[in-house]
Amino acid sequence: MHKNLRIKIFEKASLCRHFETNAYKFSEKKLIKIPIYLSAGQEFISASLATIINDIYKIKPLIFAQHRCHSTYLSFGGEIDNLIAELLGNYRLSNTKCMGGSASIYSKKINMFGHDGHMGTQVPIGIGACFTSKKPTIVFMGDASAEEDYVLGALGWAATKKLPILFIVEDNNLSILTEKKVRRNWDMHDVARSFKMKGFNLKDSPREIEKYKKFFFKEPMLLNINTNRMFWHAGAGKDSDKTFDRYLKEKKILGKEAEKIDKKFNSMVKKLWEKHLKKQ
Amino acid sequence: MGKTLKETIKEIIRKHLKNKKGKVFGQCLTAVGWVGGTLPELYEKDGMIELSMADVAGGGIVTGSALMKEKPIYVIRYQGFNWYNAPMIVNYAAKSKEIWNTPCPVFVRGIGMEGGIGPVAGSSHHSLYYRMPGLKIVSPMTPNEYKKIYDSFMKDNEVYYVSEHRGSFNNRIELKNDIKGRKDFVIIAISITRFEAIKAKEILEKKGLKIGIINILWIKPLKVSKASIKCIANSKFGALILDDDYVDGISNSIANKLSHLTNKKIFTLGLSDKSAGFHKRVDNLPPNSSQIVKKIISLIRN
Ligand SMILES: Cc1ncc(C[n+]2csc(CCOP(=O)(O)OP(=O)(O)O)c2C)c(N)n1
Ligand SMILES: [Mg+2]
Repeated sequence: MHKNLRIKIFEKASLCRHFETNAYKFSEKKLIKIPIYLSAGQEFISASLATIINDIYKIKPLIFAQHRCHSTYLSFGGEIDNLIAELLGNYRLSNTKCMGGSASIYSKKINMFGHDGHMGTQVPIGIGACFTSKKPTIVFMGDASAEEDYVLGALGWAATKKLPILFIVEDNNLSILTEKKVRRNWDMHDVARSFKMKGFNLKDSPREIEKYKKFFFKEPMLLNINTNRMFWHAGAGKDSDKTFDRYLKEKKILGKEAEKIDKKFNSMVKKLWEKHLKKQ
Repeated sequence: MGKTLKETIKEIIRKHLKNKKGKVFGQCLTAVGWVGGTLPELYEKDGMIELSMADVAGGGIVTGSALMKEKPIYVIRYQGFNWYNAPMIVNYAAKSKEIWNTPCPVFVRGIGMEGGIGPVAGSSHHSLYYRMPGLKIVSPMTPNEYKKIYDSFMKDNEVYYVSEHRGSFNNRIELKNDIKGRKDFVIIAISITRFEAIKAKEILEKKGLKIGIINILWIKPLKVSKASIKCIANSKFGALILDDDYVDGISNSIANKLSHLTNKKIFTLGLSDKSAGFHKRVDNLPPNSSQIVKKIISLIRN
């Protein structure tokens, strides 16, 4: 993988990471009063995809995400100010007038559609939008949402219609705290293949994700990307201190340049949160 | 002679597709029967889209289509299937404008039918949609009513649940209210019960009673004219709402609203509170004229 690309991806991931650690802090201090779904640990999925799709391919896809969507929104260029406002309950600045909360982020600017909070509904809805518009569409789901009956039925239809759609399973192995092995004995990439679409199982490393870029939006494809959730399912807290952290690994590999980026986003994001908190 | 309701619907859908206003989605649309003769013989290239049999997902796919500024029509062959088709229509399409400032208008054609078709698919299930904010519910039974509803939907950007009934598809006649003069009793009728209401009125009037008729086209928001309200308020014994759904839903809610407005007792008669079987003796049909007559006479006597 080209170093410049990897650095660009790290930049987006760094923005997301610092956003989430601030949200963590302010949720802990009860300055954020609504339930929040933090995506720290999983940010390289959206960061890699957004860099490849927006920056390299210059494609602005329709985006359908679910509750754990802050990194998707930020990576694809959503306004950070509006997201902070949404979480802090700033009625005037929130995109949804505080109707959406953490789980239902949307942005007309980046073609990101809101989520209704019922896990997995974004899959059929994203497929319907793609079918009608024929625009490149990216649909995110969790490993648990993927099990919803209506997700499976919809995937079959998308494959049949050969849509320009990319399904991303953010597989953190968890449905709240229930592990995948308790819930099922099958894998999503196999399901995709049995529906006769391309399906792959990979890690959330930018290098692995990049390997599949040649297939993006040519035909339906599903990537089951194994990742790790750093924090609790909802709110501020940690299930374990031993969780593998891709962000630290990438930072180490990329060295000084990454450290600089990390510092830059650390102070920039902190300042933005503080600016909003002063207005409260 | 004017067109039947089914010919009218077919014509509306043909124009909807040919003028590229949007697509029509549903299951087994292009097979024998063309949904009771209400669909033109068009195919996927024309915008007539066959969904798979994944009912819940189907409602979501149509919702996604509506997000793309097309105005999809969603055909649900039996209203009972709505228990599977409705989730994303009511939880997403109906809320999208309010939460994300993104209209998501779907025209849901829920088709009612009953009589020997068993416990789950038959009857009207419009009450299922009633409790969710953000959508409109209508029940057109005549060609003109259907045209008006379609035109209203095309000018609007909301979800419409259109409660149809196969029993009305051959109807060519416009049904009128009768609210002139002081009535002994008023019948307020929804969906297919409107036809039996006319017969019941004739029978009761032969017995010397003056019976008013109010047809409900707009269920949500409820549209009842001031003159109709006045007619109920001036009636001697109040009114009876007829429906093709269970009464614990739309009918009882409307009864409550109208009784507040008119200070009169408003009663309801719909499906019995039981499942429908296949045999005549265990079926669950909408009230027929003799049941309506019996009910009204007993209400007046009491
Ligand atoms: C239809 C529906 N059923 C159940 C829930 C409750 N619920 C919320 S999030 C969640 C787990 C989601 O897991 P996954 O899709 O893997 O996403 P993750 O939280 O791991 O990112 C569940 C069961 C819901 N929101 N919607
Ligand atoms: Mg999960």
